[in-house]
Amino acid sequence: MLDIRRHNAAFCCDHFLKHCGEQVRRAIKDHDMIGAGDRVVVAVSGGKDSLALWDLLLGLGYVPDGLYLGLGIGEYSDASGHAARAFAHERGLKLHELDLAADFGYDIPSAAAATHRAPCGACGLSKRHLFNAVAVEHGYDVVATGHNLDDEAAVLLGNVLRWEAGYLGRQHPVLPASAGFARKVKPLYRLGERETAAYCLLRGIDYQVEECPMAEGNRHLGYKEVLNALEDRSPGAKAAFVFGFLDRAHDRFTDDAGAEREGLQACVVCGSPTTSDVCAFCRLQERVGSRADQPR
Amino acid sequence: MVLRNPRREVEMPGPLTVSALLERLDVNPESVLVIQGDTLVTRDARLSDTDVVEIRPVTSGGAA
Repeated sequence: MLDIRRHNAAFCCDHFLKHCGEQVRRAIKDHDMIGAGDRVVVAVSGGKDSLALWDLLLGLGYVPDGLYLGLGIGEYSDASGHAARAFAHERGLKLHELDLAADFGYDIPSAAAATHRAPCGACGLSKRHLFNAVAVEHGYDVVATGHNLDDEAAVLLGNVLRWEAGYLGRQHPVLPASAGFARKVKPLYRLGERETAAYCLLRGIDYQVEECPMAEGNRHLGYKEVLNALEDRSPGAKAAFVFGFLDRAHDRFTDDAGAEREGLQACVVCGSPTTSDVCAFCRLQERVGSRADQPR
Repeated sequence: MVLRNPRREVEMPGPLTVSALLERLDVNPESVLVIQGDTLVTRDARLSDTDVVEIRPVTSGGAA
């Protein structure tokens, strides 16, 4: 049914599903991701990773709520939202919903136009800010995101190519809670994208299969292409890269990450933690709003 | 055969293995799932002329 060469194995359906559950269980246990009694919210996009994560956590006995953020990317976002709602509805799960346009006055296309930058930057910034803000507001202890092994390998490659010491120090399956921040965990980090996609397929989970149209050609995809070329020639390369970093190199960069978190203060607009007077999210809102007000 | 992203149909002479199909299409096996009919298949699965095959990309474009 599915061959995973880094495990030197091909799995039947039952054993593959068991394999996925075991990898997530191990990730949670190894890194103390979720404690007894912790309230968990899963950041849900409607894609394969976040829905697989939500399903796997349910299978392991957790009862997390979901949080979906509408990004305003046309039909892509419509389909993503539908997938997230359908998953939650079918299982009687609670799904918080925010919409960038309705709740904050902008969407990703307008943010990209206003900032003259790749939309992925505004998207990531918006998600990180709002997932945390909702978690803190509603008293969740943990925000779980669907970052998988391929995501972590691609981010690691980018950080290493540029020797981004602060980012390397923060790249970890768990970011502990701190003032104004909920704990952030990545329980899927031991599973590759083929595995999360196969999990959804075999579990009958309808997910947003189409790629985000605004991500086409971005750097992150480029890194993934390079890493998959390596993996095809050398099975296990991605896992060795990520797990080896976590085991033997991550600690060398934690001081750099700590230095970046010093001097956090409350944003004068929204109160979220920031190193400047106004946080990046509020600055983005202001910038998009300013551009929207300009005569054409 | 049906390919996604972009969606298209291609004529491909069978029989051939999944590996051979992906090689002919210049698709990295690490970036896709291959579905024969409604069954997920491995690289060594054999495909025939009459099979309906979906090659589903699994790579997500969003940065962390």
